Amino acid sequence: MTSAPVPLTPAQSAAKARRLGSWYFAEHTLRVMRTYAASVLMYSVGTPLAYLFAMGVGLAALIDANGAGAFGGVDYLTFLAPALVASAAMMSATGEFMFPIMDGFKWRRTFFGPHASPLAPAQIAQGHIIGVTIRILVPTAIYFAIVVLFGAAPGPWAWVSIFTATLCALSFGLPLMAYVSTLTKDSGQFAAVQRFIVTPLFLFSGTFFPLATLPWFLQWIGWLSPLWHATELGRVLSYGYAEPAWLGAVHVLYMLATAVAGAVLSRRIFTRRMGA
Amino acid sequence: MKPQLVWGNPLWDSKACTSLVRVSIQTRGSAASPYVISAHNLTKKYGDFTAVDNISFDIPAGESFGLLGPNGAGKSTTMRMIGGVSQRSGGTLSIMGLDPEKYGPEVRSHLGVVPQQDNLDEELKVRDNLIVYGRYFGLPLSYLKPKADELLEFAQLSEKAGAKVDDLSGGMKRRLTIARSLVNDPKILLLDEPTTGLDPQARHILWDRLFRLKEAGTTLVLTTHYMDEAEQLCDRIVVVDKGRIMAEGSPAALIRQYSTREVLEVRFGSERNATVAAELAGIGERTETLPDRVLIYTDDGERALEEVAARGLSPLTSLIRRSSLEDVFLRLTGRSLID
Repeated sequence: MTSAPVPLTPAQSAAKARRLGSWYFAEHTLRVMRTYAASVLMYSVGTPLAYLFAMGVGLAALIDANGAGAFGGVDYLTFLAPALVASAAMMSATGEFMFPIMDGFKWRRTFFGPHASPLAPAQIAQGHIIGVTIRILVPTAIYFAIVVLFGAAPGPWAWVSIFTATLCALSFGLPLMAYVSTLTKDSGQFAAVQRFIVTPLFLFSGTFFPLATLPWFLQWIGWLSPLWHATELGRVLSYGYAEPAWLGAVHVLYMLATAVAGAVLSRRIFTRRMGA
Repeated sequence: MKPQLVWGNPLWDSKACTSLVRVSIQTRGSAASPYVISAHNLTKKYGDFTAVDNISFDIPAGESFGLLGPNGAGKSTTMRMIGGVSQRSGGTLSIMGLDPEKYGPEVRSHLGVVPQQDNLDEELKVRDNLIVYGRYFGLPLSYLKPKADELLEFAQLSEKAGAKVDDLSGGMKRRLTIARSLVNDPKILLLDEPTTGLDPQARHILWDRLFRLKEAGTTLVLTTHYMDEAEQLCDRIVVVDKGRIMAEGSPAALIRQYSTREVLEVRFGSERNATVAAELAGIGERTETLPDRVLIYTDDGERALEEVAARGLSPLTSLIRRSSLEDVFLRLTGRSLID
C-alpha cells in the first residue's frame, strides 16, 4: 500500500483518544442515527401534531368548555403541552438507552470494535450518552416549536423547557441504560419496561391532570417520576405555574441526581463488563 | 539476548530449547531489535477456572507468530490480554515496551485487531465503517477518506464501498474487518481465528492479504485451530492446550521434532480399527488409533504400506501424506485439534 503516512504517532493518537474519546464515539452514534434521521424527523413532527390536535385541540375544547379552573387558569392545551414535550423526550430516550446498548454488548457486539481501539469502555458509555442527548435535543426543540405554533407556550422562558425535557429524558434513560448494560439476554425485559414503567409514568405523572387529583396512594408514582418533575418545571417556565422556589430546585436536583447516578453506574458496568 | 524459554512446560526438553535459541539468534539479527511483545508467566483466571496458565513468550518485530490450539485452549483470552482489553491475573506483559493495563490507550494505538467475531457496524455503509473506526484514533477525515478507499482496494471491496455491511458475504465481512484494523497503519496485527467459518476460496484470498502485510513488515499474531493456516502464515508457533504452552518452534521444526516425515493413514472400518491396531505394532515408529482410522508414523509411507499388506491386512482405504501440525498436536495432547 502506498499512501500518505498516518498523521499521528500512536502516542499522539492515544493522547487524543484519552482527551476526546467520548466525542469520537458520540460521532459514531450520531452517524448511525443519521441512517434513520428521516424517520426521527417524521416522528418529531408527526407526534406533536397528532397529540396536539387530538388532545390539545379536540379534548381541550371539551374540557375548556366546562371551565379551566382546574388547570391554574390556563387553557388545557397550555397546561398539557409541557407534559407532552417532556414525555416525548422520555420515550425517545427509552428506545435509545435500551436497544443500542443490547446491540453493543450482545446482538451485534458493536461496542467491542471501538473497545479494541484506544477508547476506554467508560468513554464508549459516555459517547453513547452524548450522542443520545444530541439526538433528543433536536426533536424536543422541534416539538417545542410546534407547541409555540399552537400558541401553547406563552411565557418568555418557555424555551428553557427544551432542556428540562431533555434532562427528564436523561434522568429516566441513564438508570435504564445502567440496567440494560447488565443484561446478558433479552427475555422480555424491554417490553416489560415499556408496559410496566413507561406507560404508567406517562399516565400518572401529572401529565393529563394535576397530580393532586390522583388518590394519595398513587401520588408517589409522580414524585418518583422524572416526567412529573420535568412537567412541573415545564409549566412554571411555560406559563408561570405558581410553585415554591424550593420545589423548583427539588425538580432540577432530582433529575440531575438520577441522571448522574445512571451515568456513573453505566460507566462502571461498561468497564467491568468489557474488561473481564 | 534473552532466550525464548517456555515456562511451566513439562514437554520441553533441553535439546529443543538449545535449537530454538540458536534459531532465534539467527533470525533476529542484532540485539538492538527489541521484542514488540513480551509475556512472562502470563495467567488469567475466571474464579476457579484458569484460562491461561503461566505462559511466556517473546515476539520480535516482523515475526508472524501463531497460537495453535483447540477451542477453549486459552488462545482468545491471551489475545485479549495482549490487545489491552482484558486484565491479567498474574505475570507480566509488555507491548512495545508498555504495560497494557497501565497504558491501555497507548498500547491499543499501536495495534490492529481482528476479533474472532465480526463486530462491524451493520447500520453503516462499508466505507463509513472504516472512517468511523479511524476517528477513534483521532485521525482527521482528510487522512481517513483517501485511506478508506485505499484499504477497500487492498481488501478487494472497492465496489462495495457504498453497500450496507449486511449485504456482504462472510468472507467480505472478514476482509472489511481486516481493512478496518489497518486504518491506523499498525505495526502489530492481532488476528483471532481470522478464517474460521470461511469457505476455502475466501480463506485463500485472506491468506494472500495477510501474506502481503507480513511482507511489508507487519508483526502478525494469530490464533487458529487450523494447522494449514498456521503452516501457511506463521514463522513460529506455540501449541497451547488447557491454557498452557505444550511446545514452541517453527512449523517445520515442530513437525521434525514431534512427528515423522510421513504418515500412513489406514482405515479398516470403525468396528475393526482398534483391534487391527495391535497387529500393526512395529510398523513405522509408532501408531495412533483414532475412532475412524489408524495413523502409522514413519519416514517411508510406501514401505509401511507394503508391510501392512505383507501381514495379510487389507485396509478399506489407505493414504500416505506428510506430517502436519495436527500430528504434532495429537502427539503432545493425545487429542485432535478439532474436536
